[in-house]
This record gives sequence, structure tokens and C-alpha cells, in this order.
Amino acid sequence: MSVKVRYFASLKESIGRSEDKLLFTGVITVGQVWCQANPDKTLPVNSLAAVNMDYVGLDSVVNDGDEVAFFPPVTGG
Amino acid sequence: MNIKICDSAFDPWQEVQTYQDAAKAISGKFGATSIFVGTMRDFNQGEEVKGMTLEHYPGMTEKQLGKIVIEAMEKWPVLDALVVHRVGDILPDQPIVLVAVWTSHRGDAFDASRYIMEALKARAPFWKKELLDSQTERWLVKNTDGYL
Repeated sequence: MSVKVRYFASLKESIGRSEDKLLFTGVITVGQVWCQANPDKTLPVNSLAAVNMDYVGLDSVVNDGDEVAFFPPVTGG
Repeated sequence: MNIKICDSAFDPWQEVQTYQDAAKAISGKFGATSIFVGTMRDFNQGEEVKGMTLEHYPGMTEKQLGKIVIEAMEKWPVLDALVVHRVGDILPDQPIVLVAVWTSHRGDAFDASRYIMEALKARAPFWKKELLDSQTERWLVKNTDGYL
């Protein structure tokens, strides 16, 4: 199974990539997606996560084909 | 309801007029229109700001803004609403965001537009990077709570 992982804003700059494709087997959470895609970097405190463009917690389970995103607190408006 | 993401400068007053003229379903029904326009300042956190780049998450931005407007419509009797937000490179004095809400009575228009704006600031996936006068850039860390 696979998920598309996307990064935005300062988080994207700090890891130097805008997206990854992550292959996995079994049950995997959003937090585990981060760890597998970025084994050498801790997810910064206050980071937000989304699956298929809806906010989720890091313990949320992802499914094959999902789009997972990580980004810093939003600053629009 | 309409959500627009603009990658070039827009005129919020023209946006409101054009949208209202085309919204035949609410003709004769609305007695109040609340309009909020957010504009880029040339200062922030004690420093001069020369420009700004607004990044967003295409698709999620529209999805979250749509949810926010629907929430407002469930809380107040909103007849129609328009949200326009800039992305890309922005200069001081240029509008960043427009929230317009049409209702029968003024209280609902004020309350619903405030709700949409505050929820947008908290949940819509936009990120501002400021260009300071010294040619250095910085990401804004977080939005302030507008109710404080």
C-alpha cells in the first residue's frame, strides 16, 4: 500500500522536500507516516496534520491511496 | 456561497458588487451586508515589511473554507456569503482577504462574518512569509486570536 505525503511552508523548507511517496504494509498511523518518511527528524511541536485535506490527529490511521499532509500552524487572513 | 483563491491583486469592493448583482436569489431578501477586508500592512512585530508571499494548500484551502461557511450558515440565517483570499506575492496596501455576508438583519451579518473570519484565521491552510526591509525573510509563526 502507499500514501502520498505532502509538506508545506516552513516545514517543507526545513526538510527540503515538498512531497514523498511512502510504501507500507499493515496498519499505520499519521504519526508513523511522519517517522517513516523522516526517520532523522522529529515532527516539530505545534505541527498540524491532515488526511485527504481534513485535519486529523497523529494517531489517526491512514489507508491505501490517502494523501497525508504535515504543516506548521496556519497564518492566513 | 462562493470561495475564491486569487493569485493576483483583487478589488474587494468590485468583488462584492459583482457578486451581489449576480445573486438574484437574494434580491429583495437581504437587509444587511457585512464586509470584512484584510489588507497587508507595511509593518509587523516592530519591523518594516516590504512584501509578503502567501502559500496555501490547494484543494484543502477550498475544502476548509467551504466547511467554515457552511458552519456559519448553520449557526445564523445567512442568505449568501463570499470569501476571497489572495495567494502569491503581495505588497503593502493590497487586500489579502474579503469576507462578505448577506443576511436579513444586521446582527446575524456581523456575527456570521466574524465567525467566518476568525475560523479562517485558525483553520484555513495559508502561510505567510514576510520580506523585511533588510532583504531577510521570515515565516509568521502563528495568528493571534481575534477575540482577545
